[in-house]
Amino acid sequence: MSIRVGKTGNEAVAEAMRQINPDVVAAYPITPQTEIVQIFSSFVANGKVDTEFVTVESEHSAMSATVGAASAGARSMTATSANGLAFMWEIVYIAAGMRLPIVMPVVNRALSGPLNIHCDHSDTMGARDSGWIQLFSENAQEAYDNAVQAPRIAENPDVKLPVMVTMDGFIISHAMEVMEILEDEKVREFIGKYVPENPLLDVDNPVTLGPVDLQDWNFEHKRQQAEAMRNAKPVILDVASEYAKLTGRKYGLFEEYKLDDADIAIVVLGSTAGTAKVAVDQLRAKGVRAGMLKIRVFRPFPAEEIADALKHVKAVAVMDRSDSFNAVGGPVFVDVRSALYDVDNGPKIVNYIYGIGGRDVTPDHVKTAYADLAKIAETGQVENPLTYLGIRE
Amino acid sequence: MATLKELSNKEILISSGHRACAGCGFPIIIKQALLAAENPVVVACATGCMEVCTTIYPYTAWKVPFIHNAFENAASTLSGVEAAYKSLSRQGKLDKKIDFIAFGGDGGTYDIGFQALSGAMERGHNMLYICYDNQAYMNTGIQRSSATPRGANTTTSPAGTESYGKKQYRKDLSAVMVAHEIPYVAQASPSNWNDLVTKVKKALAVEGPAFMNIIQPCVLGWKYPSDQSIELAKLAVDTCFWPLYEVENGEYKLTYRPKEKKPVEDWLKRQGRFRHLFKPENAEILKEIQEDIDTRWSRLLAKCGEEA
Repeated sequence: MSIRVGKTGNEAVAEAMRQINPDVVAAYPITPQTEIVQIFSSFVANGKVDTEFVTVESEHSAMSATVGAASAGARSMTATSANGLAFMWEIVYIAAGMRLPIVMPVVNRALSGPLNIHCDHSDTMGARDSGWIQLFSENAQEAYDNAVQAPRIAENPDVKLPVMVTMDGFIISHAMEVMEILEDEKVREFIGKYVPENPLLDVDNPVTLGPVDLQDWNFEHKRQQAEAMRNAKPVILDVASEYAKLTGRKYGLFEEYKLDDADIAIVVLGSTAGTAKVAVDQLRAKGVRAGMLKIRVFRPFPAEEIADALKHVKAVAVMDRSDSFNAVGGPVFVDVRSALYDVDNGPKIVNYIYGIGGRDVTPDHVKTAYADLAKIAETGQVENPLTYLGIRE
Repeated sequence: MATLKELSNKEILISSGHRACAGCGFPIIIKQALLAAENPVVVACATGCMEVCTTIYPYTAWKVPFIHNAFENAASTLSGVEAAYKSLSRQGKLDKKIDFIAFGGDGGTYDIGFQALSGAMERGHNMLYICYDNQAYMNTGIQRSSATPRGANTTTSPAGTESYGKKQYRKDLSAVMVAHEIPYVAQASPSNWNDLVTKVKKALAVEGPAFMNIIQPCVLGWKYPSDQSIELAKLAVDTCFWPLYEVENGEYKLTYRPKEKKPVEDWLKRQGRFRHLFKPENAEILKEIQEDIDTRWSRLLAKCGEEA
């Protein structure tokens, strides 16, 4: 039986961390993630977890210590946002390259500069090619569910990759919602015992970790890493199906909302999916065949599956909550458009960049995108491939 | 005090066949430090000569568990390893006494890794951090560091018509570590092996963090014949450029006092990196370098309660 509770996103993720009961957490506070660190500290202070909590002096050291702990053979976690993730950058790549099954909640926040503490996806989008699995969450429930599933994905022997579980800063991290959590023993049973491979603390079988890896072997190791990311896709689905049996909540690589018979659709990540569902419902009530695709797993990128889900749609808008400053479009747009390249007579596709620096996005904003899509679907003509939504131009 | 006989019965935990230069000081430091350990040791190492010379995949020179993460984070990486050890021991998943040693060069310790080191020492992890101080960024080709002595010719503080080499005196990192009020801080030299081994033993025995700064002659960076490393380490000690002392719970103790304090020129003139200082126009700089050493030495003697 699940337990119904009222929790903010940060509280929900901290609760998941308590239930996972990692051997080591090394973390540094940063808005809007701070509460996760604070709440977890109180779990440590009150003996609710077995965790050794390392109060590092920076995010760079947070990820460094987490890499050390995971290499030692401990189930290890950290958490961050925005500039904190940027400060970790070098070691974020090393964690993936060393194939360490670290789980890291990231509370999405705009990356400086200028300084802004509110939600956009520029932080995790920048890390999209760092070799981490990325699970995006629409709400606190999904953030909790993703966090509980993450260790199973990360630690799978065919994967052995670190996982970021993201949620939108403030919009989700600080908003209270009614959600369901599992009993502690169910979570512990679900994630199972961690059996590390070649741990550093096995002093009778000494290993050298993180060696210099030159021209004769580096390429093979990078190739294995690429394969691990491919392997992650079926593993994520297997874990989700097992989790569905436990909770009744079904997760895939993405969620389709009224997409089956849609003529026009938007692709979106994170909390805006909830806003978009309202817009879809309002449009459907007027007879518009609008649909939505919400990406949950951004890395590995489910290109074939997305192409298959969108191939019947006449016009698609990809909503990016970050810009890639490539003078083309946002990162999600670039990947989705590439996925659709092999679809014969596929949909027209446009990009909306929205919500930067926490700019509010309402169902009306989303509906303007649908209105543009309806016109494109009717005429077959794209006037504006890229639109900045809800901005003073 | 360890005896040679005792030490000779112990296994050498760094193998031959590593790729350090002939005459390099750090393999000797590793050997001496690991000989001192009574328990199994786990080593973390910063990016630098030591790491790249000992771990070229698929080979390793280390007979103990070893982790390298990046340049600036040996201390924070080992913090995580030590935290894992505490956690797993507390949960009954591990039942063995293990010692933790981080190695970093002066680049990874004095400079880019300074924050991670300070954080780890402040948090009180049970670990020994050893800086193998060869006084410049040797791995990337002899660039100046904050450990480089004044007047040294490096590739980023070259001597030239308008330059006598590095302008600044070296940072006294050992003093900075003493200011962290950790249980044990020491300076050592591979030339005084017994002193070094004894200090590592003490450092590993304390509860909490310990820091050792060990001078490491570098054949390429200091520019001297490769059979003179230990002699140059000894001269650094005997000129009082590199005094051997320890600070145990705040108490200073001089662990070796040269019978006769030699002029610093005896050490400088043996090294190509200081050759330009012996030109007539740099005589004043030489004098200032000697005065600086004298000042620091008398300050240290006072702290150690030694007669001037």
